[in-house]
Amino acid sequence: MKHVTRYLVLMLAATTLVLSACRGDDKAATATNATAAADSDSGGSRKGDFGPPQGKPIDAVLTSPPLVPPATGRKAPAKVIVKLDVIEKEMPISEGVTYTFWTFGGTVPGSFIRVRQGDTVEFHLRNLPESKMPHNIDLHGVTGPGGGAASSFTAPGHSSQFTFKALNAGLYVYHCATAPVGMHVANGMYGLILVEPPEGLPPVDKEYYVMQGDFYTTGKYREKGLQPFDMEKAIDENPTYVLFNGSEGALTGDKALATNVGETVRLYVGNGGPNLVSSFHVIGEIFDKVWYEGGTRFQENVQTTLIPAGGAAMMEFHMEVPGSYVLVDHSLFRAFNKGALGILKAEGSENKAIYSGKEVDYVYLGDRAQPNMTAVATAAKAAKAGELTEGNQVEAGKALFSGTCSTCHMPEGQGMAGVFPPLAKSDYIAADPKRVASVILHGLQGPVTVNGTDYNSIMPPMSQLTDDEVANITTYVLNSWGNPGGTISKAEVAEIRKTKPANASEGH
Amino acid sequence: MRRAAALLLLLLPVAGLLAGGAAEYVNLPGGKFRTALKYEDRKDDTRIAPFALMRKPVTNAEFLAFVQAHPRWRRDRVAGVFAEPRYLAHWASADALGAKALPQQPVVQVSWFAAQAYCESQGARLPTWDEWEYAAAADETRRDARRDPAWRERILRWYSRPSNQALPRAGLQTPNAYGVQDLHGLVWEWTEDFSSLLVAADNRNQGDADNAKFCGAGALSMDDRDNYAVLMRVAMLSSLDAKDTTINLGFRCAKDSK
Repeated sequence: MKHVTRYLVLMLAATTLVLSACRGDDKAATATNATAAADSDSGGSRKGDFGPPQGKPIDAVLTSPPLVPPATGRKAPAKVIVKLDVIEKEMPISEGVTYTFWTFGGTVPGSFIRVRQGDTVEFHLRNLPESKMPHNIDLHGVTGPGGGAASSFTAPGHSSQFTFKALNAGLYVYHCATAPVGMHVANGMYGLILVEPPEGLPPVDKEYYVMQGDFYTTGKYREKGLQPFDMEKAIDENPTYVLFNGSEGALTGDKALATNVGETVRLYVGNGGPNLVSSFHVIGEIFDKVWYEGGTRFQENVQTTLIPAGGAAMMEFHMEVPGSYVLVDHSLFRAFNKGALGILKAEGSENKAIYSGKEVDYVYLGDRAQPNMTAVATAAKAAKAGELTEGNQVEAGKALFSGTCSTCHMPEGQGMAGVFPPLAKSDYIAADPKRVASVILHGLQGPVTVNGTDYNSIMPPMSQLTDDEVANITTYVLNSWGNPGGTISKAEVAEIRKTKPANASEGH
Repeated sequence: MRRAAALLLLLLPVAGLLAGGAAEYVNLPGGKFRTALKYEDRKDDTRIAPFALMRKPVTNAEFLAFVQAHPRWRRDRVAGVFAEPRYLAHWASADALGAKALPQQPVVQVSWFAAQAYCESQGARLPTWDEWEYAAAADETRRDARRDPAWRERILRWYSRPSNQALPRAGLQTPNAYGVQDLHGLVWEWTEDFSSLLVAADNRNQGDADNAKFCGAGALSMDDRDNYAVLMRVAMLSSLDAKDTTINLGFRCAKDSK
């Protein structure tokens, strides 16, 4: 029994060593002590009080999204004064569409606040006299009932002050918590406060602030004019817009986030809600690290991270390849139909070893028969070396055919009587083998008779195929199913591409 | 032309003063009413006794007449405990209205104490919350329009606009089914018992008065999930002290019906 216990303790101690990546507390770390396992945690609020504030009070640097204040760079707890204005104002939510936002600091999301664990924060919430509503603030980084809400309930034209000690490090959402809370949040009343761990966060080249929110307007998506809040839609959790940083286009075009190849980017991403949970993803990047849920630990090599409503996450990635990277909520209709899109633009020189760009155009390949693309690659290689054989062409053509042509003309070229003409033992092909390439490139419409049956439908031009591909498909067709055989070359296809026959189709 | 305009300006305050002399009251029948607020000691409908309510909110002209008659309510003489420094601050002077306070606009930036004093001077009082909610449940044709989502949307729309535009004059809107105007869409209004609203409602719910002011309290203290329009008015009133004023908060008076 004793033996077993000791074994367990050792196991736990080993786990501790592996996990304690972020913060060690070497005083208490004795492997024989059963509490060793607990040392992998940071101590939370129990170890977050570093004593009274030192030095003169500091005015917090507040930034508007997508900017993030600089690191505090402090080694001792300080008194930090935060003055945040509540401003109700009409702003664009989409092109030609405006909405009356309720804001912390005049922006959606509200100003970014950055303090250090152990700091004493003197918070002033000032509600502008023009406001229609009373407001307050609940900071998820506050230890105490209501997160400051009860102490900051502020009528229009008034200011409230309360003070808290930031005991837990992490990235926290703040939001208005005045009833009806959902409506205040739906109108844009949320933002982020970062409580740095005592040692700070590892330095990076670029830091940005992005926050998702769902919006409910009486008008449809992109219906022009001033759109009022729609309580029914909000209760039904059926948003008109799902947005990053409060408006469509807040992070695109001139306002895209900017970085350079070779730099490390850290995103501070929050989700204000009020209703939806975000599947946050950056198209074309893999998060090297995600401090999931805005907490102390990070996960590595993450594609998509879940950000709950009223939650946040930090993510870090190194830029290798230039281009535009699209920030989305991977619940995709939100991204492409409700606005949850942003762009991160990386400037710099190409790195073909990591990402080639487009090498071969394989548009519309491979659903039914899982084409064996090895044959295509072999043919491409052989063609380059000048050693292309009829066998190579037939093999490559077969793979391409099964992806591109077999949907209508069927895998064995038998076609579909009266609808899609057969390619097998086709008298139409036998009469003029080269017309196969022409029909592929230019399509075909109008009446034709194949093997005694009349057809009158439209085949769209497959001009997206390269000359190589058309040559290979044609050669495959000519050498299959009792057709006359022969080959057709890339050069011949190039010629055929230039001459459009009278019965070419217009396309889809 | 210019002369005519000047003449008009001279005449308007006089007209206002005349109106101030005899404020119009509308008699409301009593009745049973289900408030949107949740009181645990009030399981059934609330009984509203017949009462009279001013047809429209008190205007600047009317309040100026009151201040002239009772100089201790001038902004330069009022005691600090009864009115904060912004009391009537938009008036040109302690006894003149000026460009930012037109005679027919509802008076705003008045404290609860001042509003109550005004009503007392008229032999009246401020309406209770119950009375106010009862009267304000009506739209133009129905005495209780609260179930109509369109009615709620209309109210919420006003709530969601900041007060950075000049106020319309009082009495511009179509009267509701009782003949009362401007209960919605013009200004917030003091009620006699404003200070007990949330605390009372919430004390009975959770035994913790403060909870009413943050997360979730709204849902707990409201019987009617959909009636955010009422809830937000309660939230507004409960954020205030009796000496506070805001640029969109006015009042009207009520009387018991004989």
